[in-house]
Amino acid sequence: MNRTQRRRVRDGALYAVLTLALVGAAVVTDWEAVTTNFLDGPTWRAMWPEIVTVAVWNTVTYTVISFVFAFAVALVLAFMKLSPLAVYRWLATAYIEFFRGLPALVVIFFMAFAVPLAFHWIPPGGLVGAGIVGLIVTYAAYMAETLRAGIQAVPKGQREAAQSLGMNGAWTTVSVILPQAIRIVIPPLTNELVALIKDTSLLFVVGMQADQVELSAFGQNNTVTFANASPLLAIALFYLVVTLPMTRLVAWLERRQQRAR
Amino acid sequence: MTTVEPERGARAIEVRDLHKYYGSHEVLKGVDFHVDAGQVVCVIGPSGSGKSTLLRCVNRLEEPTSGRILVEGIDICDPEVDLAAVRSRIGMVFQQFNLFPHMSVLKNLCVAQRRVRKRSQDEAVRIARDNLAKVGLADKENAYPAHLSGGQQQRVAIARALSMEPDMMLFDEPTSALDPELVGDVLAVMRTLATDGMTMMVVTHEMGFAREVGDNLVFMDGGVIVEEGDPVDVLSHPRHARTQAFLSKVL
Ligand SMILES: Nc1ncnc2c1ncn2[C@@H]1O[C@H](COP(=O)(O)OP(=O)(O)OP(=O)(O)O)[C@@H](O)[C@H]1O
Ligand SMILES: [Mg+2]
Repeated sequence: MNRTQRRRVRDGALYAVLTLALVGAAVVTDWEAVTTNFLDGPTWRAMWPEIVTVAVWNTVTYTVISFVFAFAVALVLAFMKLSPLAVYRWLATAYIEFFRGLPALVVIFFMAFAVPLAFHWIPPGGLVGAGIVGLIVTYAAYMAETLRAGIQAVPKGQREAAQSLGMNGAWTTVSVILPQAIRIVIPPLTNELVALIKDTSLLFVVGMQADQVELSAFGQNNTVTFANASPLLAIALFYLVVTLPMTRLVAWLERRQQRAR
Repeated sequence: MTTVEPERGARAIEVRDLHKYYGSHEVLKGVDFHVDAGQVVCVIGPSGSGKSTLLRCVNRLEEPTSGRILVEGIDICDPEVDLAAVRSRIGMVFQQFNLFPHMSVLKNLCVAQRRVRKRSQDEAVRIARDNLAKVGLADKENAYPAHLSGGQQQRVAIARALSMEPDMMLFDEPTSALDPELVGDVLAVMRTLATDGMTMMVVTHEMGFAREVGDNLVFMDGGVIVEEGDPVDVLSHPRHARTQAFLSKVL
């Protein structure tokens, strides 16, 4: 047997084992139980259209708000970390290390209490809004490191070229450095965005009103209400509806960018 | 901030007793150097001799440790001086081109004109097109740098610097990163510039260019200027042993 034939045999054996395992699992599965518990028609119909108009809508809204503010904070932190002033660098490092070391759940929970108490101010959305502050400060820490790496990845000659043309520091950063840095960090930033989408499910710890539920809370509530697991399958599908196009889009952007280089 | 106007009759570039340290490593050990208006001065020397450092001190991309640098009579190390304004009068061309990769050729040539020279879009585009034509790339204004050859990129970089209508140009080994067959186009553009009377300081390994175009030739080694003078003299009758050793290797 030559190499190709050996590989064919090995691949064939692998496929056979895999198929057997799937068939085995299908045989021992209680399909009736699966159908009644996960594909229960009345439950699916009862969730419509709130699963989109409330749950998906809130998931996306919480994600967008968190991402936009976290990005802004992260940008400030990234520049502080690159600052010639040691105080700024130290403050940014302390912030990043602190919030990267804590579970997002803990920070959300903490902010839900701390923000209204400390500032005598209830953010829009009440406790959920305060919980979002927790998501923002946590993700800002991650995104700051990503952005800093991206800014540093822009070749030094770019800033020098802009300066030699008489452009000042701020304008150089805005028109020359940042556009290139952002392109570099689009892939890691997308990972963080997808993680953020999923982490909006942590907001449930602060307690949500019926019109505030995002996909996870919506799924849990309905599972309890209908004593049926169909809502879990439904929200899983909708999470994928939100995340998959995004990851595909970024993969496409990355390929296109590589071609342009 | 004082906007100092160029002093009449002053030298284009005047460097006095320039010292530059990186940490405890002294890279420039007291350099006196000048370029007169309209002159082309070429700087040659072995790798690590401090040529780039000297050139980059002239627009303060490197911070001198001590000494004075006057550009058109203006002390560029004076904390009161508007450094960006001085830099905008000094064109610079890098070994690695350093075009902005996310901008089209035309945008590369316009961005600083608009922002620093405060020119209208129409005027900036007109000046950009003039300079692209000058370097023989009028048909490339919509291309992105990644789609151009090294020689084309370097000519765009020259056109970008020229679009600021600078009083002088600094070149740091502009042809060293190019394939041999592309060097000629770039040198031709530089030759034309010199003929048109541009003040130029050129760090180069192109001895032919230095001989034909240069008004003055400076040989550096170990952070000092070892020898300088008329290019033909220095290249054919080097007086110092170090110059002789260097030239015997490169010629
Ligand atoms: N940023 C820096 N930090 C520390 N040392 C540096 C730095 N830049 C340059 N040097 C050192 O300074 C010396 C002079 O460097 P410079 O780049 O001016 O030489 P050069 O004559 O231009 O050489 P080449 O022909 O290789 O470009 C070298 O020994 C180099 O290692
Ligand atoms: Mg050099």
